Amino acid sequence: MRTLLISGGRVIDPANNIDAVADVLIQNGRIVTVTVRAENGASVSSPVDVEVIDASGLIVCPGFIDTHVSLREPGFEEDECTASGTAAALAGGFTTIAAQSDTSPVVDNRSAAEFIRLQAERAHNCRVYPLGAVTKASKGEELAEIGQLVQGGAVGFSDAKTPVANSEVMRRALEYTRMFNRPILHFAMVPELSEGGVMHEGYQATRLGLRGIPAAAQDIMTGRDIALAELTGGRVHLMCVSTKDSVERVRRAQAIGIAVTADVTPHHLLLTDDVMDSFDTMYKCYPPLRSAEHVTALIAGLKDGTLSAITADHQPLALEKKQVELDIAPPGICGLETLLAVCVKALIEPGHLTWSELIARLTVGPAAVLGLDHGTLSPGSMADVTLINPVEQWTVKSSAFRSRSRNTPFEGQSFTGRVVTTIVDGEVRYRTT
Amino acid sequence: MELNEIPLSGLWGERHLLGLEGLSAEQLTTVLDLTEHYDQATRGGTQRLDVLKGLVVANLFFENSTRTRTSFSLAARRLGADTVDFTASSSSLSKGETFIDTALTIEAMGVDMVVCRHSTPGAPHLLARHLKASVLNAGDGTHEHPTQGLLDIYTIRKARGRISGLTVAMVGDIRHSRVARSNIHGLVTLGARVIVCGPATLIPSDISRMGVEVAYNLDDILPEVDCVNLLRVQFERQRGAFFPSIAEYANLFGMNGQRIRKAKSDLLVLAPGPINRGVELTPDVADGPHSVILNQVTNGLLVRMACLTLLTQERRRLQGGQS
Repeated sequence: MRTLLISGGRVIDPANNIDAVADVLIQNGRIVTVTVRAENGASVSSPVDVEVIDASGLIVCPGFIDTHVSLREPGFEEDECTASGTAAALAGGFTTIAAQSDTSPVVDNRSAAEFIRLQAERAHNCRVYPLGAVTKASKGEELAEIGQLVQGGAVGFSDAKTPVANSEVMRRALEYTRMFNRPILHFAMVPELSEGGVMHEGYQATRLGLRGIPAAAQDIMTGRDIALAELTGGRVHLMCVSTKDSVERVRRAQAIGIAVTADVTPHHLLLTDDVMDSFDTMYKCYPPLRSAEHVTALIAGLKDGTLSAITADHQPLALEKKQVELDIAPPGICGLETLLAVCVKALIEPGHLTWSELIARLTVGPAAVLGLDHGTLSPGSMADVTLINPVEQWTVKSSAFRSRSRNTPFEGQSFTGRVVTTIVDGEVRYRTT
Repeated sequence: MELNEIPLSGLWGERHLLGLEGLSAEQLTTVLDLTEHYDQATRGGTQRLDVLKGLVVANLFFENSTRTRTSFSLAARRLGADTVDFTASSSSLSKGETFIDTALTIEAMGVDMVVCRHSTPGAPHLLARHLKASVLNAGDGTHEHPTQGLLDIYTIRKARGRISGLTVAMVGDIRHSRVARSNIHGLVTLGARVIVCGPATLIPSDISRMGVEVAYNLDDILPEVDCVNLLRVQFERQRGAFFPSIAEYANLFGMNGQRIRKAKSDLLVLAPGPINRGVELTPDVADGPHSVILNQVTNGLLVRMACLTLLTQERRRLQGGQS
């Protein structure tokens, strides 16, 4: 019988409204108790034969969950593989991720989904649930074998960064997935308006002569998706919301009970399109970094819960792919290992969110999107726990990434707040040295 | 004054010339003054100077441009430099070699200055970060074309004796024009009033934040302007139709003999070329008394000599050598 006691940390468990110094007792991979310390600070008497982790000064919270992570295997092993991607997830404090379907071939059939699970088991890092493609080969034409993908373990459906542009196809997909109570994770973007775009359309794009992607490209598709969710009763989750108007549309839809949720990335919360005057391909992402008014609206949406999840939108890309001209460089940021630090800088340090609110968007929020019962420290739940040193200062060195890729715009920048230990199934799977 | 004697009193201090944005009025004036010096000293002659003697200037053209490349080559050779031309018809990626690798390879052959033309905005900026050589932007996509901006401004200054207080209209495809951006930065910094005029689909959002006025009716603004710069309709840069037809464009924004009568009698007509006769302007205007189009070409050579000289002097200053 393996017993682990995480002693004296600041336990933050948003699902149970806990934010107090407490001891977390874990046995056989399950949470047994969370005991809030009395005023005198005395710890619980520990059972014999227990491994104790001293968490004083640390935040102890449920393991993070990411609703869509691009693991790139099979097909793009030069960027990432399941083992490296899940190791990066652990280093970022993630204990559960949903693997994006954008492999080659695409995860549009049961055996492809089962391969993802098999590779994740072999890697033995974090939990991995596959996302299945909405349409065959993510071409947006015919529905993928959604029922069989569910049997293969798919927790949701997504064509990754390829929007399901045909409204009729999207309508059928929402109707069909409703039968399995699975969400569609959609990248809302009107392809005709975003095609060839390199950055946010606005003053900076005008100045730099770079082709812009207007905010309206996302807003229009967000509006369509909400209308179709209302029509069909299906569940739609909007990935990587980046604009002010999209946040407002989601807020209004939620207010009248439409089943729509949404997430946002840390880089869209910290950076604006001003950085593009470096012409640095590391800043190129999709959707593009927006202007300050959009960033303000995203933070407000995160604060009031309109955006219930934060995603790293992990897009690992081999360095040579980024060392080319800006217009041909693929978009994307290798984000798992810097997520927490960037969130602290964007949200905690300026006082926009409390730690409890931030952790909720990384745990119960994404768990609800995927229909998982993870993301809490409730007694009896799986012992997936992340320990954070909230005051540790560190500098991003991509050469130390667990990910196979190095494409970060935060290279060499200093941050405060770091994941120090990640526990999955009651087992310490990651620890800073 | 001796030809090789450079009357350099003005401020410069730039190792690269990537754009006119951010250059001060004083720096711009330094270039224009040196251009004027070369203009007067050479008096249309073809004497070789030795300002750049012993240096190698590489023309890296990743986009076709016979005119600009020829002008840069001549300018460099007129100053005594050796030149090498590297032309890749399309992106370097088609050969499996990255753009930076190509530039590093050329530099390794012993190059002091790189003149770069590329279809991607920021490509010369990328080179400036990776190379030891001085980088001169000869046009990066739809971003900037600083020597074209300078030669336009020099042409105006030579004709009018000043820039400050003049009203200059940039007409046509502003969205896809690097010439427009460089002109706007330079002219606004030097105190001109700049109006951009063209089809609304070709005038990008927020352009007014660059310090210009926006107009859609050429006839309305024509009486107020001192110079019009007729941008070439960039058929190759347009995805989809930005205006209904060439005929409609010519009708609304083309400069013809009829329309030019509404302008001031001393209006200057500039065009960066190559011109589409019958589209942006009719032959009677292109070859008429208002036109300074061929002066622009001549001045282009002089401006490029001035830029190459200033970059070389800064380079020598940084290396601690003789000036």
